Amino acid sequence: MTSTYFGRVQTRLFLVFTVGLLWTLVLTPFLSLPDDDRYKVTLTTLAWVAVLGVFVWEPIWHLLQQFRWEKDWPAIYLLLQAVPEAVLVRVVLDRILDASGPVGVGTFALHFATTWLAIFLFVQGPMRVPFLRWRFRGGRIL
Amino acid sequence: MEAPGSTGRTGLAGLPGELQHMSIWTDELVARSGLRVIDMPFVTVGGGLGSFVMVDYLRIAGVPAGHIRTLTVNDHPWQNYEYLLASSQVTRDKRIRSDSSSTLDNIWGFPGYAIRESFAARSLRGFIAPLWNVLTENVLCDYWTPTSGQVFRSMQREGDRIDYWSTLALGRAHVTRRRHGGGYFTVLTQADGEDVAYRSSYVHLAVGYPGLAYLPDLVAYRHRFGDTHRVVNAYEPHEHVYEELNRRGGTVIVRGAGITASQILDRLISDKERLGTDVTIIHLFRTYVEGAHGPSRFLRRRGEYGWAYQGFNWPKSTWGGQDKNRVRRSEGEAREKWLRTLGGTTTPRRKRWQRMLERGRRQGFYRMHVGEVLEVVPGGLGVVVTRLKPDDPSVRPLELESNFVIDATGLEADIAEHTLLADLLQHTGARRNLLGRLDVEPHFEVRGSRAEPGRLYAVGVATLGGYLAGVDTFLGLQIAALEVCDDLARQGFCKFIGVRRSITQWWKWALGRQP
Ligand SMILES: Cc1cc2nc3c(=O)[nH]c(=O)nc-3n(C[C@H](O)[C@H](O)[C@H](O)COP(=O)(O)OP(=O)(O)OC[C@H]3O[C@@H](n4cnc5c(N)ncnc54)[C@H](O)[C@@H]3O)c2cc1C
Repeated sequence: MTSTYFGRVQTRLFLVFTVGLLWTLVLTPFLSLPDDDRYKVTLTTLAWVAVLGVFVWEPIWHLLQQFRWEKDWPAIYLLLQAVPEAVLVRVVLDRILDASGPVGVGTFALHFATTWLAIFLFVQGPMRVPFLRWRFRGGRIL
Repeated sequence: MEAPGSTGRTGLAGLPGELQHMSIWTDELVARSGLRVIDMPFVTVGGGLGSFVMVDYLRIAGVPAGHIRTLTVNDHPWQNYEYLLASSQVTRDKRIRSDSSSTLDNIWGFPGYAIRESFAARSLRGFIAPLWNVLTENVLCDYWTPTSGQVFRSMQREGDRIDYWSTLALGRAHVTRRRHGGGYFTVLTQADGEDVAYRSSYVHLAVGYPGLAYLPDLVAYRHRFGDTHRVVNAYEPHEHVYEELNRRGGTVIVRGAGITASQILDRLISDKERLGTDVTIIHLFRTYVEGAHGPSRFLRRRGEYGWAYQGFNWPKSTWGGQDKNRVRRSEGEAREKWLRTLGGTTTPRRKRWQRMLERGRRQGFYRMHVGEVLEVVPGGLGVVVTRLKPDDPSVRPLELESNFVIDATGLEADIAEHTLLADLLQHTGARRNLLGRLDVEPHFEVRGSRAEPGRLYAVGVATLGGYLAGVDTFLGLQIAALEVCDDLARQGFCKFIGVRRSITQWWKWALGRQP
């Protein structure tokens, strides 16, 4: 991808709240989570992926992109980026999430990883079907 | 750089004097001249890749094939491209230089060529290799690129789907002039020799390279000594060079440091290693790139052993990211400067080529020289001597002897070498930009040429220096086509391809249904 900063932000917000949300809604009933707070846990996770992404990670990734001659962001980076992002979301959730039972690391990882993968696969191609101009506009939708 | 069948310039011999001298034609004038007039809302001139993607967009934007004519000397759009590829040693099984999502048969770039190759594979390795490559490209490996065969086959299929073939009007277009009352006349000499005038609201020019240009010292050599056998251009057929080297061995000088030079070296070294011949290659650089280069830490391109490395002929983000914005937003000299910083001669850093040249350097059959050529003269029997300009004028110039010289510098001729473009500059109000090419708007309308409510657009290499860097690339031609298509939608000529139309049309593409 060859995003601009605003393109990164728009693409992230759009994908987290479409593909990411859809996948989360489908997956949540099958995760081992405290029954009363299932959706609270997964949806809060999703929201923090968006918030930390916009304010912490995208500025960092965009800064690193400046050191690349082509001003591109290779697919593998987009995939690997998930690792530090997941760690930070988990740290934040540990502090602020007030759920009726514990959320295992495995459960969190499963939710995070599969959601990330769904978004990753969507962005590699299907995204361009509804948004023909998206790839020529640095990832901006609007 | 045009196929031999398309170089014959009939000129304006057939154009009646009155028409020749009038910059704006009236219907009466044309009727009086006896030219048969054909009314057609949209005309694209060229019929190469640029025309094809334009027609593809228009069909998807709801324009019937019957409202479009493609004026061309080619019966299929990749004809000229394939000819240039073949001369520069890229056959249908070889990989070209654009990415997986620069799909000429699919305006969305999805599914890309890599995933299609992967799903067509018959082995697990064949399935995984393209996917792994696109995943790790430009980090662990060079970009994945399709074979030209795959590109052409898929274009054939798309051509059938959108009924491209029915838009063809074979012949050579000579002039496009403005029409009094709006729109344009484009005069075409048909294959049967008859001249006809297409009267259209919209004209789209995608005529490709205006012609082939040679290095001045090689032109001088060819002129003075009449030898076109030992000094050849990489973009014209030169199979005899390889045949003779394969038979007798010898020395060959390659000039240029772009992808074509890489392809030529690939062919020379493959032949040599396969046949065990005694061939020495002298690679002559005009400027030798020693390492990473660029004006700042944030603008540094890789390079080594004389080459500047880059996946494609422009940095990736010039097609849709930060560099695209930068070029789009700058004007005049600032833009020219940007384009010079981002542009330049480059080649992809392919592993196969790295290894070949490494073997060549080690075994001594591939040698590098740097310098400016003073002149090229004949030597002994079957030998050409290349004299290099010495740094110090009192020293004798260095002389390089070889049996052949291959010019792979890829110089382009001036746009005025093309009859129609020259006429455009003279009669239609078109101007040159700072790089000497046609000055176009961001939506590719030719500046100064408007004949309300008509529009004249130009795309491809003739517009280099405008608001888009990679105009002469698959993706650049598609971006240009989209810009033109959007502009035409604003005029009400076609539908705007918004979210809904985009999805339904993609679905039709996937099912192979007509748009
Ligand atoms: C060797 C080589 C390799 C390239 N590889 C790549 C690559 O891998 N990836 C990439 O993105 N780009 C590549 N390009 C650049 C570019 O994409 C191609 O050159 C492409 O063919 C340009 O399309 P076009 O429509 O502008 O010109 P063309 O495809 O050349 O089409 C123009 C056509 O117009 C015809 N014509 C001209 N004047 C008239 C007239 N007056 N009347 C009727 N017909 C006329 C010509 O005969 C020609 O067939 C390559 C270029 C070259 C030279």
